[in-house]
Amino acid sequence: MTAELLQPLIYEIGSPGRMGVNLPECDVPKVELPAALMREELALPEVGEVQVVRHFVKLSKLNYSIDQGLYPLGSCTMKYNPKINEDAARLPGFAQLHPLTDESGSQGALFLMHELQKWLGEISGFEAVSLTPAAGAQGEFAGILMIRQYHINRGEGQRDLILVPNSAHGTNPATVTMAGMDVLELPADDQGNVDMDALRAACEGALRDRIAGMMITVPSTLGLFEPTILEVIAAVHEAGGLMYMDGANMNALMAVVKPGALGFDVMHYNLHKTFSTPHGGGGPGSGAVGVNAKLAPYLPGPVVGIIEPATPHPKPLPHKEGGASNTSMQSEHSPSLSVGEGAGGWRGEEAPLYGFVMPEKSIGRMKAFHGNFGMHLRAYAYIRVYGDSGIRDVTRYAVLNANYLRARLMQTYTVPYPRYCGHEFVLEGHFADAEDVHALDISKRLMDYGFHPPTNYFPLIVPEALLIEPTETEVKADLDEFVEAMERIAAEAREDPELLRGAPHTAPVRRLDEVRAARELVLCCAPARAAGGR
Amino acid sequence: MSYIPHTEIETRQMLAEIGVDSIDELFEAVPATHRFPQLELPPPMSEMEVAAEMLAISEANDHAQDFAIFRGAGAYHHFIPSVVNHILLRGEFYTAYTPYQPEISQGTLQATYEYQSMMCALTGMDAANASHYDGATSLAEAVTVALEATRNKRKKVILSHAIHPHYREVVRTYHQGRDIRIIGDRGRGEIVDLMEMLDENTAMLAVQYPNFFGQIDDLAALADAVHEAGALLVMVANPMALSIFKSPGELGADIVVGEGQPMGVPLGFGGPYLGYFAIRQKYVRRIAGRIIGETLDADGKRAFVMTLRPREQDIKRERATSNICTNQGLMTLSASVYMALMGKNGLRKVGELNYHKAHYAANEISRLDGYSVDMSKPFFNEFVVACPRPIAEINDALLAEGIIGGYDLGQHYFHLTDRMLLCVTEMNAKEEIDRLVEILGGLR
Repeated sequence: MTAELLQPLIYEIGSPGRMGVNLPECDVPKVELPAALMREELALPEVGEVQVVRHFVKLSKLNYSIDQGLYPLGSCTMKYNPKINEDAARLPGFAQLHPLTDESGSQGALFLMHELQKWLGEISGFEAVSLTPAAGAQGEFAGILMIRQYHINRGEGQRDLILVPNSAHGTNPATVTMAGMDVLELPADDQGNVDMDALRAACEGALRDRIAGMMITVPSTLGLFEPTILEVIAAVHEAGGLMYMDGANMNALMAVVKPGALGFDVMHYNLHKTFSTPHGGGGPGSGAVGVNAKLAPYLPGPVVGIIEPATPHPKPLPHKEGGASNTSMQSEHSPSLSVGEGAGGWRGEEAPLYGFVMPEKSIGRMKAFHGNFGMHLRAYAYIRVYGDSGIRDVTRYAVLNANYLRARLMQTYTVPYPRYCGHEFVLEGHFADAEDVHALDISKRLMDYGFHPPTNYFPLIVPEALLIEPTETEVKADLDEFVEAMERIAAEAREDPELLRGAPHTAPVRRLDEVRAARELVLCCAPARAAGGR
Repeated sequence: MSYIPHTEIETRQMLAEIGVDSIDELFEAVPATHRFPQLELPPPMSEMEVAAEMLAISEANDHAQDFAIFRGAGAYHHFIPSVVNHILLRGEFYTAYTPYQPEISQGTLQATYEYQSMMCALTGMDAANASHYDGATSLAEAVTVALEATRNKRKKVILSHAIHPHYREVVRTYHQGRDIRIIGDRGRGEIVDLMEMLDENTAMLAVQYPNFFGQIDDLAALADAVHEAGALLVMVANPMALSIFKSPGELGADIVVGEGQPMGVPLGFGGPYLGYFAIRQKYVRRIAGRIIGETLDADGKRAFVMTLRPREQDIKRERATSNICTNQGLMTLSASVYMALMGKNGLRKVGELNYHKAHYAANEISRLDGYSVDMSKPFFNEFVVACPRPIAEINDALLAEGIIGGYDLGQHYFHLTDRMLLCVTEMNAKEEIDRLVEILGGLR
């Protein structure tokens, strides 16, 4: 391709011999490098520090972000990411802590994880929590593996079916397959809820003994709380299955209802949605899982436990002998364990001794080390800010914002399920009197008005779906601007549909040729292409 | 209310628009018996107090700013130029979502495409995705690709025991629901022994490069043997070692995976890290996760877009081979910025510093009475030291002197009690190394 890029590739702005970093000289005697093992080519760019900074700053300006404005992506919970959390994550005691530090030298980090496990358990009504899964999808995978192992351990290994509503996010059925189980898809009724007749038929029919469980999102991917959720749970339990809750929509539930209390057996949290850790242009996430007592022994490990209870009087930390999974011998060198007054939950030397433990029948490790700790500490700081009296407000105002947008937009757009929504709602991005305009066109046109589009074409059960989730951190004035943009677009759809079909007009680039990308498959730029492969 | 901006007046206006009197009315669909539970959480805190508490908690940890660190074992303390963090802290990058809307995500898309390109350069592969959760899950996903590439007819997966123990555990976790056999990982086989295990039922063979003990195995004959058996060669490689050593591509690998953390990601108590995954062209359509490709926009402008989307879970659902959705996007940006800054010459220089310093330390320690260093194979920045006392005791003594010592191999390998895996990087000044050697010399 010869066309110009908005910003040249990093490979295109270099010059031979240039370097972006100044490194120290070798301060030890050099040894001979093993010539036969050395590589000849290393096709990396050669650019200076200033060029690198400007390159990435220019790239950054081509992005839309929460820091710039409303990001109403349904099911993604694009709320404001507090800046203090970024500062906290960069404290040397967190950022420069080796994951295999002995227990005695990581008590702060272990304490923090232990508290977060406890708080997440409390928020959702679960007995135990593991923070190890790296993302929601991995949390789902852990959950389904636990359900599988639970049945196997009870001698019911024939239970290999997981019920999944057809409104589910794609990760749900993909997870079931990864776990070596099969999906039984359930239809929705005309209200967007699980079709109870279909569910009962599955639970009472010939497949009853094969039902391992059900995965369901609460509120549903339509943003609606299933009025029959208790009956759904009862029906699956009655058939011998376990209930998995996809916690993607937890922002609608905090201190409003505890999934564990409703009867769910296991759920995952998305710390990068509900608990404000940044999405990072696609990740990292963090997908902690919570379980009831039945599944607690199966949690992925390690989890943080209390190895020795707290003592009322400060004392030197005890030496721990022969730990199963850690060498954790204590030394005298822990001056920093004395934390002064006012440190809140952290009690320094009076704290118990925390350590990593592997649950008794654990499904195993989901990743190396122990989860995305950088996300754990941000979630910790976030929950700490809201605390017991404030966490419900997160949900209350998220739901208020969503219902406000819904109430205003249903004057212009079709809302397929007209009742109070949770933290998000779906509209149809289509007009009977402007047939050539689709949800995609409305989405792209929103960019011209300075907004990120909603999630489109999901959930699949609503034609031309636009799934809108404003989150609680949006101010009314911005919501009003969004409504006005949507109203103007609705008018444009009738007056000048081509304007929408050609949108965006003011974004850095116009619509892209995705077919060409998949056909030509240019995934790596020419200067980097493998030299010396065989 | 912290990050909630509503004033009372606005709230009232919004409720009026909705047609309810209070926010609580919006929750009527939630079963009344379970609605609005009280939560036992600590009370709210101001930003000032949170900042103080986070600092206090963080300082209760023994971190690499206060201690000299000689521990690696899968997580490495390397120099990270300031630029990396400054770019990462741009809200345009870290508060953006997955680039599903390419018109307003070209920054993330191009940076990711550049990441893919640089990973290809480093590994000698044709394509790289962006990305898996960490090195361990990258390996687990490579197993899936190998099984699919051999049409699920081959049921045997050979893993070297010299692959990071956590990675081997994760492979077993991921594939517990699958009808396959994983062998090699619980033995002590050398490369030649692993080659003996190859047969017509083998989907793949995986080795680590340098291996978990820091050593470079002789892999000259491996690729041909694996390919002759019709299997795939998967290499778990430390990208920092690839700065100076032959690329896995040159050694005949089909899939290269590993932990990208050494490329500009801080230790961070184990995450978020970066699972990189690179592959040969012939298998590229089997790759899981996010891939960015080049294309044109409606005006013929060159631009980038997520491609091969139909492989992914949101479209393929139960027929997808992986459920991965969220990636380690921001960490791929760290790696991009890091590799761009280091460049061809800088990265090589860092690699050489690691090599020289590790060899200096190994040579000095090998002269100590009671200690021996395994120098039976070439090594990069880690090596195995047999010690005269239990490793826990030695590490205690080192810690008292402000040094975080090596990793106790006896925790994972019964035959390696009293052996520690020491790691020396460009961050360890000669004085630190000399101090380490001196203290070890006093512990006999």
